Amino acid sequence: MNIITTMTKMATTMLDDFLIRAGLAGVGVSLATGPLGSFVLWRRMAYFGDATAHAAILGVALALATDLPVPLGTLAVAVIMAVTVATLAARGWAVDTTLGVLSHGALALGLVAISFVHGVHTSLETYLFGDILAVSKSDLAYIWGGAVLVLGLLAWRWQALLTSTVNADLAQADGINPDRERLILTLALAVVVAVALKVVGALLIAAMLVIPAAAARALSRGPEQMAALASGIGALACLAGLGLSLWKDTPAGPSIVTAAAGFFALAALFGRMRRQ
Amino acid sequence: MLLATEGLTVRLGGVEVLSGVSMAVEAGEIVTILGPNGSGKSTLLRALLGMVVPDVGRVTRAAGLKIGYVPQKLAIDPSLPLSVCRFLSLPYRVSPAEADAALYRVGMEGTGSKPLAGLSGGQLQRVMLARALLGKPGLLVLDEPTQGLDQPGEAAFYRLIAEVRQETGAAVLMVSHDVHVVMAASDRVICLNHHICCEGTPRVVSAAPEYRALFGLGTQGALALYQHRHDHSHDHVHEHHHDHDQDGHHHAG
Repeated sequence: MNIITTMTKMATTMLDDFLIRAGLAGVGVSLATGPLGSFVLWRRMAYFGDATAHAAILGVALALATDLPVPLGTLAVAVIMAVTVATLAARGWAVDTTLGVLSHGALALGLVAISFVHGVHTSLETYLFGDILAVSKSDLAYIWGGAVLVLGLLAWRWQALLTSTVNADLAQADGINPDRERLILTLALAVVVAVALKVVGALLIAAMLVIPAAAARALSRGPEQMAALASGIGALACLAGLGLSLWKDTPAGPSIVTAAAGFFALAALFGRMRRQ
Repeated sequence: MLLATEGLTVRLGGVEVLSGVSMAVEAGEIVTILGPNGSGKSTLLRALLGMVVPDVGRVTRAAGLKIGYVPQKLAIDPSLPLSVCRFLSLPYRVSPAEADAALYRVGMEGTGSKPLAGLSGGQLQRVMLARALLGKPGLLVLDEPTQGLDQPGEAAFYRLIAEVRQETGAAVLMVSHDVHVVMAASDRVICLNHHICCEGTPRVVSAAPEYRALFGLGTQGALALYQHRHDHSHDHVHEHHHDHDQDGHHHAG
């Protein structure tokens, strides 16, 4: 038997194990949330991640009502939400007010809508807190597809994104359109929200963006290093949270975020010690 | 002519910030746009750089002109770890040797690995100038470059600008609300208060009634300082300064 078929067979068998699938899902999401979460911190967009994630619940309702795959439904609504908020903010609407209304309005409407369409064979908790242990092979395909897409997008626009993050005027004087770069980040955020929903749940996606990146900040000297470290810390947090969830039967999303917060504390402590 | 505007009018939020501004920057000259706060200086600069679309009039650029821009402020979020060297590579990557040379030029040698956030205001201005120079610009545009610097710091920065112009031949366009050292450092001054009040050599402008109306008579001291300095630094300063703009222009306010 040739080696490739053997390896493919092994891989397929591995994917039959729900734990392996869960681990791969966590690592896949973290690859994208590392660099994207770094931009979320640098540009102070955390509130924005929250709003987009909350809107995803409405997307779940939409998908269930129309028999679309859930990631596609969440992606569609997340994109609409992200673009709406970005547009309103650019037009000078009070960001706090707008987001407060849109974000919580979408979450509440989504929850109400799900109760209508749904014969409840999946509990709401799956979408609110994630269910990493129930990741299917097709979930995995969406997660890795989305992660690779986001990473590719960020890598392609990296210099322009970083320049317009440092200073929009500076970027514009060098022929970069800061509005376009912001739109790219907005879309990337919607993709990450759509694929991370199953892993950490709508309520904690923003935490997965912010906490690993914040932990990486304490240990980094450059933006690229911070983005890569954030991915690594996020992946570790996913695996640690997965272990906790399995061991103590805790909800998956909160367990992962708890682990991430633990890593943040360690990194902050280590960063302080190194500076002294 | 490197960069020019013709009858530029810009309205922001219903207010006419610039009305009918026509100006030009020639190769190799140092031009300062001088005006009080809120006079439309920054808007004019932004229109020149294509960041603001004029309501009336137009901006023309010489073909292939490269502009090196130094913004007024650079607020780096503390969550962004950015060294001086990495900043110089935005948006175009430069080699460490090029970065070192640019830092040396602005008197910031050996600071490449320092975090940008730890620099003083004056150091940051120099680093931003180094970044602008790496693009080999035909025109340097500086927005309030000496804000927050003390007087010796200001003087040193303008000296650096003059040296850079001498070496690279780049023209310089600056914006300032500060009448003091600017006068000594410019070939030509454009006095702006939503429209161009007066323009010409520093001496001509400082004698113009429009200028005095804008800046008051309190600036006579500064003018005296300027003339005094020039008489000491080089003897034939007046002939030297006047040869490309003998009279200056006066526009009725």
